[in-house]
Amino acid sequence: MAPPRRLTFALALISAAALAYEILLTRLFSIIQWHHFAYMMISVALLGYGAAGTLVTFQRARLEQRLAQTFTLAASLFGVCAIGAFLLAARVPFNALEFLWDLRQPLWLGLIYLLLFVPFFFAALCVCLMFTRYAVHARLIYSFDILGAAAGSLGIVALLFVVPPLLALALIGAAGLLAGALAAPRDWRLQRVGALGLALAVVYGGCTWTQPLRMSMYKELSQTLEVMGTRVVAERSSPLGQVTVVESPQIPLRYAPGLSLSAPGEPPEQLALFTDGEGLNAIQRKLDDPAKAAYLDYLTSAASYHLLAHAQVLILGAGTGADVLQAQYFGAAAVTAVELNPDVVRLVQDDFGTFSGRPFTQPGVKLKIGEARGFIASTRERYDLIQLALIDAFGASSAGLYALSESFLYTVESLQAYSRRLAPGGYLSMTRWVALPPRDTLKLIGMAATALEHNGVRDPGRRMALIRGWRTVTLLVKNGDLNAVDIEHLKAFCKSRSFDLDWYPGMRADEANRYNQLDQSWFHDGAVAMLGPGRASYVERYKFNIEPATDDKPYFFHFFRWGTLPELLRMKQDGGLPLLEWGYPLVVATLVQALLASAALILLPMWWLRRRAGASVRAQPWLPTAGYFGCIGMAFMFVEMAFIAKFTLFLSHPLYAVAVVLFAFLLSAGVGGRSSSMLRSRGAGGVPATVWPVVAITVLALGYAWLLPHALPPLAAWPDVARIAVAAGLIFPLGFAMGMPFPLGMAALADSADGLVPWAWGVNACASVVSTVLATLLAIHLGFDVVLLIAVMLYLLAACCFAPRTATVIQHGSRRTPVPLPTPPAGAFGGGRSPRPPAPASAGARGRNLQNKQSQR
Amino acid sequence: MIPTPFQRAPSRLRTGLILFALLAVARFAPAAVAVSEDAAVVAARLTLLKEVQETQRDVADLEERKGITAATLAVLGKTPRQEFVPDEQRPYAYENRPLPIGHGQTISQPYMVGLMTDLLKVKAGDRVFELGTGSAYQSAILAQLAGEVYSVEIVPPLGERAARTLDRLGYHNVHAKIADGYYGWQEHAPFDAIIVTAAASHVPPPLVAQLKPGGRMVIPVGASFLTQHLMLVEKQQDGTIITRQILPVKFVPLTGRH
Repeated sequence: MAPPRRLTFALALISAAALAYEILLTRLFSIIQWHHFAYMMISVALLGYGAAGTLVTFQRARLEQRLAQTFTLAASLFGVCAIGAFLLAARVPFNALEFLWDLRQPLWLGLIYLLLFVPFFFAALCVCLMFTRYAVHARLIYSFDILGAAAGSLGIVALLFVVPPLLALALIGAAGLLAGALAAPRDWRLQRVGALGLALAVVYGGCTWTQPLRMSMYKELSQTLEVMGTRVVAERSSPLGQVTVVESPQIPLRYAPGLSLSAPGEPPEQLALFTDGEGLNAIQRKLDDPAKAAYLDYLTSAASYHLLAHAQVLILGAGTGADVLQAQYFGAAAVTAVELNPDVVRLVQDDFGTFSGRPFTQPGVKLKIGEARGFIASTRERYDLIQLALIDAFGASSAGLYALSESFLYTVESLQAYSRRLAPGGYLSMTRWVALPPRDTLKLIGMAATALEHNGVRDPGRRMALIRGWRTVTLLVKNGDLNAVDIEHLKAFCKSRSFDLDWYPGMRADEANRYNQLDQSWFHDGAVAMLGPGRASYVERYKFNIEPATDDKPYFFHFFRWGTLPELLRMKQDGGLPLLEWGYPLVVATLVQALLASAALILLPMWWLRRRAGASVRAQPWLPTAGYFGCIGMAFMFVEMAFIAKFTLFLSHPLYAVAVVLFAFLLSAGVGGRSSSMLRSRGAGGVPATVWPVVAITVLALGYAWLLPHALPPLAAWPDVARIAVAAGLIFPLGFAMGMPFPLGMAALADSADGLVPWAWGVNACASVVSTVLATLLAIHLGFDVVLLIAVMLYLLAACCFAPRTATVIQHGSRRTPVPLPTPPAGAFGGGRSPRPPAPASAGARGRNLQNKQSQR
Repeated sequence: MIPTPFQRAPSRLRTGLILFALLAVARFAPAAVAVSEDAAVVAARLTLLKEVQETQRDVADLEERKGITAATLAVLGKTPRQEFVPDEQRPYAYENRPLPIGHGQTISQPYMVGLMTDLLKVKAGDRVFELGTGSAYQSAILAQLAGEVYSVEIVPPLGERAARTLDRLGYHNVHAKIADGYYGWQEHAPFDAIIVTAAASHVPPPLVAQLKPGGRMVIPVGASFLTQHLMLVEKQQDGTIITRQILPVKFVPLTGRH
């Protein structure tokens, strides 16, 4: 019996809603907490997919018998719980910052896991059931499932551009309820009307909801709003972040990070702009008298202007335009400002245009909305000064919370690219927060030195200067050697501002560490070591990770080292804990949790089935099945994550990269899955069917890994649409091949060991969850190329696990009795269905793999 | 330099003496503490103090001073930290860790309070300015060492609660108000010591101006709960400013030779 149309549509809807929900949760938790915790919570909650597989393993007959009812109930419950779980989770008093002090915090975190687990579980139940019940029509089921997932992934990104996140949440809840109403059997009229009514109520509630999200009170925005007289005056939201503008009429904001103590005056009137409640950036009031902006000369980032006159300036990460004002204050000839988030620009230029004086449309200023690397790759201009603005939030930066964030702004390759766009004698100026002991500064010096060496510079140290204030530090890299005049200017600049010069060519050690004294001259000593012959051994011996970040390992903010952990934990009592770089241990903890939960979800049903079954079930290919579905689940995610990283640079926009790569993989895997039946029939010749896709994947993945770094950069200047088409075109054949192993394996399993189908589904789901976390860790240590290589090996391993059996099954295609099943219930897994023909591939869960990806974006 | 056992012995003796003295003080002379305390609270505080005392290492101060001074420890020992935290945090008041006090603010780890107090080098009769009253715990500690403490807070509910707490506990030489602290407190300037506990993107120049020659200013730098380091601003007799950045712990970023 073919699945009723309403059920397949309901399936597509629930798939779309579940994937959209996952992406939305990342957004919501980034707003109310910090994004790395979002990653942790959602990764673990996604194991709801594995749990659904487990439940179906136990209760398959009962659930399949009342499929429509179960689907209706589960989909409606997804709709209700998607909203309820988030609203409740947002009220859990979890405070990440107290995690290591307060024993209650892990419990609160556990409660959040449990809450978020529920909606994922119900959504997965719908999908898993459809998949096991209609395995015969699996290609149809699969196409609806995967198209739904694809629509969800693109739909939520589009939706977030037009509606606030909480309304998006209501819409997702309503979609779940709608799916429930669609799936409801004919005699469930009341229930259908109820679900529809509830969906309408939810949408109405979402539209009329006015309360803002309850943000952690330790976020910068919350703290600012506690100050008397402050209020939110504007808010814009997009997938790039929620941007909030706050005015503080009673107590002026006066944001000037690292302002010299010798500064003559205070900053002018400002509005505060926050992204996701962090990363304060100030919108300055337009000044009638430019001299009032004198404070801009008392920041470490002003140093380069004392070495240049009438400069052509490029500002990367222009934000609210403070660096543009600084350039204008110093009489720059022309300023090009690059900013990623159009909402920020709109707020500065339009909403508060009168206040700000529209800095981005002043004469001589050009604005480019886009990502810095993409701009650098596409421009032919040369600049006298390239400023890398200090855009990451101090608090999160100092706690090491960005460790997981891939940043293509700070890599050896990016520094090479920036230096190539410098005019002769021009400067690259990079400002960072002061961290003690130094971390990012030293890493940046090492990276700049490596980049210059790659560009053919003999002695990189002759081109650099390091200026340190009490709060910020600026590294200057000149296109040419610094000369005596430059150095004199720098010395004068630093002396009058009480800044330290911690490196310039020919510097004496006793000149360092004079104004902002440290008990040891860490910055100067570090710079000397990083620019001298002993760099490698210094990096090796340093207690933080200061190895250069590269495009392959784009983790500039990863400073954690295991060797230092015991020492830091010992110092907990005397204030040493803040030195702990948080981000990395959190990923490890997430991985451990996900592994433990997965193991339980996989082993429990296995143990149960084996215990209750006779010898025939014990003889099932448990291990090869787990190996096969585990390997392909993991490998799929690895490939996908590696390619998202690879295409992020090419598409020059993190959001486009995720959306395009995800969508292209989903679609092509769907098509590949549908086409896999073709392969099966040919596989009867003796070569296992799974071999062909695995060969194709191996060739394509390795070929791309070698080819893309050479082939893509020349295309960087192409228009967006062309680059998106190129990326999608490249992904398609790979995704096509990667869509096959799963349905091939499922079909073979349905023939030879039908009882294992839901279990294999669960194994696959768990493996995909674990692999997203694992891929991040692997990429941090080994780089994305290695992640890709491991993925290929996993595919090969998968082929070894299952291929011979697949071939056997196909050759003896006539013997297809369903597995004799444990009693009771009699014939639980057969469900009274007729034996299956071998042809149709059952492939319900491919999309699941992809969903997990979003959890870390 | 690795301290030998011989160098350590006197410090242990000193710890013992101080603890004994504190016990006596806490038992018989609860000077500024208007509320009566039961023995358990006192015991908890002494345990905490012992912890603070024991965990002090070579603080990375340029003066190579070690640990927290006896005077500061004595004041920590007789200040009822539980009275400065919200009710739900009372059970944790004597753990050596920062605690939330609501409104996105925290009460610092006692060890850090001790360290900051020491860095200010306040003495009897000194005038101290505090930017960011918060829980008023730091104000109360300073009040017992200095002459007058002037403290301002920009979060009204915190400021009101702090004023009530100070009043109730009898710290009458702390003058707290809810106001913008950027310009200090001109009527009472100049100050011998200034502490800036509110998050600041920069050191307010007016505060530097209100610091007496020879005066010291301390600013903790870092996110909530996570004080990264302390910044010490010293105004020399001739008016020049020297800043120092001090890690609360002895932590050398380089490991030894391999």
